[in-house]
Amino acid sequence: MDAIVGQPLDRVDGRLKVTGGARYAAEFPVPGVVHAVLVQSSVAAGEIVAIDTSAAEGMPGVLAVITPENAEKLQADKGGEQVVSRPTLQDMQVLYNGQHVAIVVADTLDRAQAAASALKLTYKQDEAVTTMDSALNTAYRPKHFRGGARSPDSNRGDADAAFDAAAVKVDATYRTPIEHHNPMEPHATIARWDGDRVTVWTATQGISGAQHTLATLFGIPPANVRVICPYVGGGFGCKGSTWPPATLTAMAARKVGRPVKLSLTRRQMFTSNGYRPRTVQKVKLAADAGGKLVAIRHDGMSQMSMPSLGEFAEPVGLATEMLYSCPNVAVTHRLVGVNAPLPTYMRAPGEASGVFALESAMDELAVALRIDPVELRLRNYADGDEHEDKPFSLKNLRECYRQGAEAFGWSQRNPAPRSMRDGRVLIGWGMATSTYPANRRPAEALVRLQADGSVVAGSGTQDLGTGTYTVMTQVIADELGVSPRRVRFVLGDSTLPPAPGSGGSTTVASVSPAVQAACAAARQKLFSLILADPQAAGLTSADLRLANGVVLAPARRFPLSQVLARAGLEYIEGRGKTEGPPGGHSLHSFGAQFAEVRVDPDLGEIRVSRYVGAFDAGRILNAKTGRSQLIGGITYGIGMALLEETATDAETGRYVNADLAEYLVPVHPDVPLIRTIFVAGEDPVLDPLGARGIGELPMVGVAPAIANAVYHATGVRVRDLPIRIEDVLG
Amino acid sequence: MKPGLTRRGLIGRSVATAGGLAAVPLVTPAEAAIPAAPAPVRTPEMVDIVLQVNGRRLPLTIEPRVSLLDALREQAGLTGTKKGCDRGSCGACTVHVDGRRVNSCLTLAIRCQGRAVTTIEGLAEGDELHPVQAAFIRHDAFQCGYCTPGQIMAATALLDEGHAGSDAEIREYMAGNICRCGAYNHIVDAIRDVASQAAGKG
Amino acid sequence: MQSFGYLDPADADAAIAAAAAPGGKFIAGGTDLMQLMKDDVEAPTRIVDVEKLPYGAIEANGSGLRLGALARMSDVAAHPAVQRDYPVIAQALLASASPQLRNMATMGGNMLQRTRCHYFRDTGFPCNKRNPGSGCPAIHGENRLLAILGGSEHCIATHPSDLAVALVALDTSVELQGVGGARRTVALGDFHRLPGDTPQIETVLQPGELITALVVPPSAAARRSAYLKVRDRASFEFALVSAAVALEMQGNTIADARIAMGGVGTKPWRLPAVEAALRGQAATPENFTAAAGLAVEGAMPAGKNDFKVKLMQRTLVRALSTVAA
Repeated sequence: MDAIVGQPLDRVDGRLKVTGGARYAAEFPVPGVVHAVLVQSSVAAGEIVAIDTSAAEGMPGVLAVITPENAEKLQADKGGEQVVSRPTLQDMQVLYNGQHVAIVVADTLDRAQAAASALKLTYKQDEAVTTMDSALNTAYRPKHFRGGARSPDSNRGDADAAFDAAAVKVDATYRTPIEHHNPMEPHATIARWDGDRVTVWTATQGISGAQHTLATLFGIPPANVRVICPYVGGGFGCKGSTWPPATLTAMAARKVGRPVKLSLTRRQMFTSNGYRPRTVQKVKLAADAGGKLVAIRHDGMSQMSMPSLGEFAEPVGLATEMLYSCPNVAVTHRLVGVNAPLPTYMRAPGEASGVFALESAMDELAVALRIDPVELRLRNYADGDEHEDKPFSLKNLRECYRQGAEAFGWSQRNPAPRSMRDGRVLIGWGMATSTYPANRRPAEALVRLQADGSVVAGSGTQDLGTGTYTVMTQVIADELGVSPRRVRFVLGDSTLPPAPGSGGSTTVASVSPAVQAACAAARQKLFSLILADPQAAGLTSADLRLANGVVLAPARRFPLSQVLARAGLEYIEGRGKTEGPPGGHSLHSFGAQFAEVRVDPDLGEIRVSRYVGAFDAGRILNAKTGRSQLIGGITYGIGMALLEETATDAETGRYVNADLAEYLVPVHPDVPLIRTIFVAGEDPVLDPLGARGIGELPMVGVAPAIANAVYHATGVRVRDLPIRIEDVLG
Repeated sequence: MKPGLTRRGLIGRSVATAGGLAAVPLVTPAEAAIPAAPAPVRTPEMVDIVLQVNGRRLPLTIEPRVSLLDALREQAGLTGTKKGCDRGSCGACTVHVDGRRVNSCLTLAIRCQGRAVTTIEGLAEGDELHPVQAAFIRHDAFQCGYCTPGQIMAATALLDEGHAGSDAEIREYMAGNICRCGAYNHIVDAIRDVASQAAGKG
Repeated sequence: MQSFGYLDPADADAAIAAAAAPGGKFIAGGTDLMQLMKDDVEAPTRIVDVEKLPYGAIEANGSGLRLGALARMSDVAAHPAVQRDYPVIAQALLASASPQLRNMATMGGNMLQRTRCHYFRDTGFPCNKRNPGSGCPAIHGENRLLAILGGSEHCIATHPSDLAVALVALDTSVELQGVGGARRTVALGDFHRLPGDTPQIETVLQPGELITALVVPPSAAARRSAYLKVRDRASFEFALVSAAVALEMQGNTIADARIAMGGVGTKPWRLPAVEAALRGQAATPENFTAAAGLAVEGAMPAGKNDFKVKLMQRTLVRALSTVAA
């Protein structure tokens, strides 16, 4: 039988999604559910001195107005990498504009909204730091960089001395703005208490994380918290942590003694669950006359909230440490605290922002050296990870450059800026390298072989639209010799065996080996049952093969239904486990991004007109859903390059464009036909399937490829995203 | 409480959608402890209306300020129509009213009396998917699926309007529907596919 | 959204009377009003639905184009006579909003669309237009999208409509019906008011007064017209700068010019000085550039919108060149 893994199987949850039948967090029909609406501060710093709830409480249908004055006291959080414990109405302090300050519950959504608007808060305002750029001189070293796993700084050789002595140099500062994930599904939670047990239907990238956070905050055992999330309407990082709205929903449900539903408004999505922080990055590159890098220095600063909210440092320099071969490399990470919400992971955290700086600088270096940008990268190709001093488990980046360049027609490029035109329109071609770490975390799975030959399997993982349901179905189909149609894979329920949160492109590499192991365990149990049977005399398990509900052996066959009936079993269960990442190798995916832009020389309008991305991401488990992830990441990158920026009013620290009309994300006409290439290769180390996650890789390098194309089209180097009309108007 | 939304029905559904491994406890204990669902407080401005949704009569008691979107999602249990921005900026809430695509978040439910409302739940004929729905699956024209009902309702309207003449025209006439997962390429593939099938038949 | 009562009178007099009383507000397409109510920017206590009133017709004949106030944007854009004789109107409509919104929004409602200024639409900010006397943080704040022409020290909010820009260029007049059946006609160019000291008063409408039709006179210029919209995103975005240009040409000479621009003014911005400068001139790049220089006279950019001064001239030159060609 041909392998199912690798085939472009239609998404197994497709039918539910195209018929409106897939239920997202806010859509579970929980009887008696009432509605909660959050109220948020309109000042950036200070203290609440008075809350007038009388008008709100007098409105029809209002069930509760919860403020810091009457909110349930939560258990102090014990901490944990992803836990975000504040602000949850535990005190009167205001640390940013848009902070949750109250929650209103009413019997209908409209009534809860109207009552929320009727709340009157009085503040004692303190002076706020509202913008990062006004506070760069206060930059400080992160205290828990990468969860404390490493220093925020690294050094290899002597970058400063090598830079000073070098022949050709680039020294520039790059800036990326605050960006918001804006998944199409606003975060939502329904919470229902039954005594001291709570069930939450919540939009999350990590049901286990939500379970443990809520258990800690409410002081109950994790077993008393059940988290259900079969579908997530996009996450991109903002549903990775368990943010206060989920906690507040549970608090409200306990208060009113009824199930409570809370959906964030789009505006609240800008201040409730993180964002990609603004960065200011100084990059220095130096090369010898032959284009060989002799020094790289990358000093990254990222914007933070006030420290009492937690810590998130955008790891912009990590790719810089390993992407190119260079004897002298220095990287630092610093934070600048402002009165803003806590930032968080957003699609390709670190790399998306950091590689914009690095790969823009590489383009500047190519210009200074008069070397083709692809050629410059080949001359500095890193065969191993010089930072970790380890071999790569798999690196086919050379092939990405070659196949990408060929598909794009890169050899036809005239290197001179403003040299390529279509009529009056300026054409620009740019490229950049992509990379993102591959990772694996402990996960467990459960598989049941049923008498009719069908398979039910599960793991407490998530499907953010990335295709978890589908690829796990494919893995099981191959392992147990069954048609994908006869496999049902369930996820998104904390009663299932635990799995890691879906972030950092880890799901495939973590969950699929556990699923495989569970299948193997079930199969082994089945074979043992058969071998114990006198009819199987003389056979060993090597003689047995499972296909379509029948175990085949030379001259004999054992239908599953008979084997199970004889053993008095309804099903055979197997459990499997994945351990953490393997040591010994550097685990990274790679890619090459090629963009063509068209720039109106008079009006400054910039449009991406052609795009090719070639990626080295190990074995692709499903070519169809895999391509969807690639075009999705590139589309996200187009937004980052040309459109996306959350603007802050400097006076008040309040976001001004907190909606989808003015926080611009790409719409259909912004996205040209994207050509994607999977460069063949299987990762021999990361997991038995040779696969890697590809949720973030395709987004990395898009912004610099486009910025480099804009430079090629116009001769204007834009180092501050997004690149807009006024930057190239001349 | 509307028919089908009994407690038993709910349990059945959560088993079907969220679990399915018999040994795993899929039903939260103490179901009986949940208070019965009282109807919202009746106030003088509330009105009794009847909507026609997917060919069915849908009687509702609502305040005039209730949007068609909220009436569908929060009262009628028709959650296929999505709320993405609630301000007409994303298209996730797209439905057809009297055959025209509109943003249901900016439409008052009370103004839809006497009009035919079609939502994503009303598009398939029984088990047979609408050609656009089938094409969306075939072309993997979505990832998370949250914008998908709105994309499909917009796409079916676009085809009826005759705006599938070129990829550029499809893109422009789909501009009101944001897909943050970035499935645009595949959505255009799906629409083009259906348009060319229809042309082939025509 | 605050609670309101809902009325859908069958005749205009009843509707006008209901809307004229305090707290009354008409609703037609509702696309903007619904947003404003959801954001608590508007909080009417009585919504008067005018959809059943007989003002939806689109009539085109020798005496011009009469757009019923309730005609939908999508229907007007698709009307063959509009496309043929008034292309600037069809183009402005198709460059507006999204197909869904164009199916809902009406001609009259579009004239009354309120500014997209972030500060106006978020009640967490002060705003002189929303709350007179509270101040305007936008002028010294995030003003990239705001107006460079027609502002005052109290308000520089941009008028957001594309359609109004096209219509104001074509000398459109607005038919109004008021309390007690009073009817009057106002030139669209005089319909919107500059903010001055009263940015909260945006039009010359009296309480309860209802737009019933927009009337566009026929002209050779209208037949040779176009709308150019410049924006960051390729679609579904308000204009950074836009231009409605209608030219009557005699050979290569401009016999008549009608020009208005959007995204730059606190109201749809007609440019009579530019029109006068072009009349009788040859359609040359030099003449276009010189005339465009007049367009920005008196411009008061606020910092982040400085680029609009240059972009406005470039956009106008491009639109003129396109229409003259």
